[in-house]
Amino acid sequence: MAQGLVNVLKKIILLREISSLIMLLVVVLVFFAISPLFLSQENVAIILEIIPELGIVALGVTMLMISGEFDLSVGSVFAFCPIMMTMFVTWGFPPLLSVIIALLMTMLLGALNGFITLTFGIPSFITTLGAMLIWRGAVLLITGGWPPPFPAEMSTGILVGRLGILRASIFWYGAITVLLWFVLERTDFGNWIFATGGNQPSARAMGIDTHRVKFTNFMLCSLLAGFAGLIQSFRLATTLPSMGTGLEMDAIAATVIGGTALSGGVGTVIGTVIGAFLIRVIDNGLVIIRAPSYWFRVFIGIAIILAVILNSFVRERAKKLRC
Amino acid sequence: MGEDRYLVEMKNIHKWFSGVCALRGVDFAVGYGEIVGLVGDNGAGKSTLIKILSGFYPPDEGKIFFEGKEKHFSSPREVRKLGIETIYQEAAMVPKMSIMRNIFMGRELTRLKVGSVGYLDVPRMEEESMKALEGVDLRLRSPHALVDELSGGQRQGVAIARAMYFKSKLVILDEPTNNLSVKESQKVLEFIQELKKQGISSIFISHNLYHVYPVADRIVVLSHGEKIGDFRKEETSIEEITKLMVLP
Ligand SMILES: Nc1ncnc2c1ncn2[C@@H]1O[C@H](COP(=O)(O)OP(=O)(O)OP(=O)(O)O)[C@@H](O)[C@H]1O
Ligand SMILES: [Mg+2]
Repeated sequence: MAQGLVNVLKKIILLREISSLIMLLVVVLVFFAISPLFLSQENVAIILEIIPELGIVALGVTMLMISGEFDLSVGSVFAFCPIMMTMFVTWGFPPLLSVIIALLMTMLLGALNGFITLTFGIPSFITTLGAMLIWRGAVLLITGGWPPPFPAEMSTGILVGRLGILRASIFWYGAITVLLWFVLERTDFGNWIFATGGNQPSARAMGIDTHRVKFTNFMLCSLLAGFAGLIQSFRLATTLPSMGTGLEMDAIAATVIGGTALSGGVGTVIGTVIGAFLIRVIDNGLVIIRAPSYWFRVFIGIAIILAVILNSFVRERAKKLRC
Repeated sequence: MGEDRYLVEMKNIHKWFSGVCALRGVDFAVGYGEIVGLVGDNGAGKSTLIKILSGFYPPDEGKIFFEGKEKHFSSPREVRKLGIETIYQEAAMVPKMSIMRNIFMGRELTRLKVGSVGYLDVPRMEEESMKALEGVDLRLRSPHALVDELSGGQRQGVAIARAMYFKSKLVILDEPTNNLSVKESQKVLEFIQELKKQGISSIFISHNLYHVYPVADRIVVLSHGEKIGDFRKEETSIEEITKLMVLP
């Protein structure tokens, strides 16, 4: 009986998501203690409204990071996709077709990141740092720095329509989370992702096409960033060329807080969801308790470092528990 | 044509690396169910030779025959499909993955396939991985333990169990006893003999002649990219090979 309990406890402690989950709970409780408004229905609705945009980007970053690569260009792609969508509508394309073309283009940007990184064998940090600057510049060039008018004929209900206090975007976020969790944990492709990021030479020796695995994840990551950008532009009914600036840092933060290893091969989808919530909750909570918004960066910085320390500390402890 | 009595035959293999000549005209063959020991000093070209055989890179010159037919290997994947499995000391496993996932890495058992993505049949993989481990008499707690938590010898055991489970015809072991204790090395030698019992050929690379000699049927000596000795075990002795290896 007692032994069974210890085993269950050990399992919980060994969960990769555990340190981020504890941090999230603590942060929520602290904000709630300072201002009960924080957990009011209205405020929870606000958090759920803004979470999918960062959350979906972070999921893509997570998949790619587990396979051993980075994407710093997600923030720029986040703006690129809705801007292209708007431009296509302006040029007379039907709205739905414009959305599809814009999404295909973002996938192409991911493919380009993958192609350059893998063919020339350079770090994706460099490739996507370049891509980040290039696509942000492209967006500014295309728009001349002015936000193009959001197409009035675009029906935004499918992505951001209201269902009671919720928006459709949270369901998209949920569906994508479940899908990616399934792919990562329950399919052979997921196994290849872990193997590729965990030890590329051995994955290759075992016949896994590691380039294909990475390439696919580059495309997926970019596609999700573009999709999240669409959600934001639909929600705000604007397309700003500056959208998503700095988003790559928040996405990487969410991923790392959630227990994904920067070096690849280790990570979970659920951890990243928790990480994204933590970031958005801190962001929102500071507003609710009327703290100056400058604190946001400070707290996210602390959260990243703390999460990684907790992670390795808890694992070391848990290992000793065994004997 | 290659000769039928060999499972694998490599003829006149040359390989250059940016001006360095790693292999210069090496002939190398492995018979059916034979254990071949491959020895030689650091940088002699042992790893290069078996990397060519496992499809990591093509030879710059020379031919490879497998079961009598000439082959042009273009990827490790293709070579593995033929039944040639390579086990590297460091690269055989992904440490942060479970034993089960390592055993089935790249050859997962799946139930349902959508496009090129398959739904993992986890219960069957659990069962089969335990069976595979019993094949080498390796008793581990659970197929879900991380490989990270295994000793070096146990890792070699899992890798060998994997090769057996997938009915490989040739298993290549590059320094499998490196960094292992005496007892663990002994265990690895037993694994290799188990392979032979099942009719599987193997190539055993090591610096340690005292590991290779007792289990090998034949011993090949490389030096500076050339083959300088190829003996059946009965025809030679540890002393003779040692003398050959230390000669300048
Ligand atoms: N990828 C490579 N690029 C350049 N040179 C290489 C490469 N691989 C091997 N070499 C060179 O080829 C020669 C043979 O190397 P190889 O690794 O085959 O030796 P080895 O017999 O396996 O040695 P060891 O016992 O130390 O493992 C060495 O001079 C090495 O420096
Ligand atoms: Mg070597």
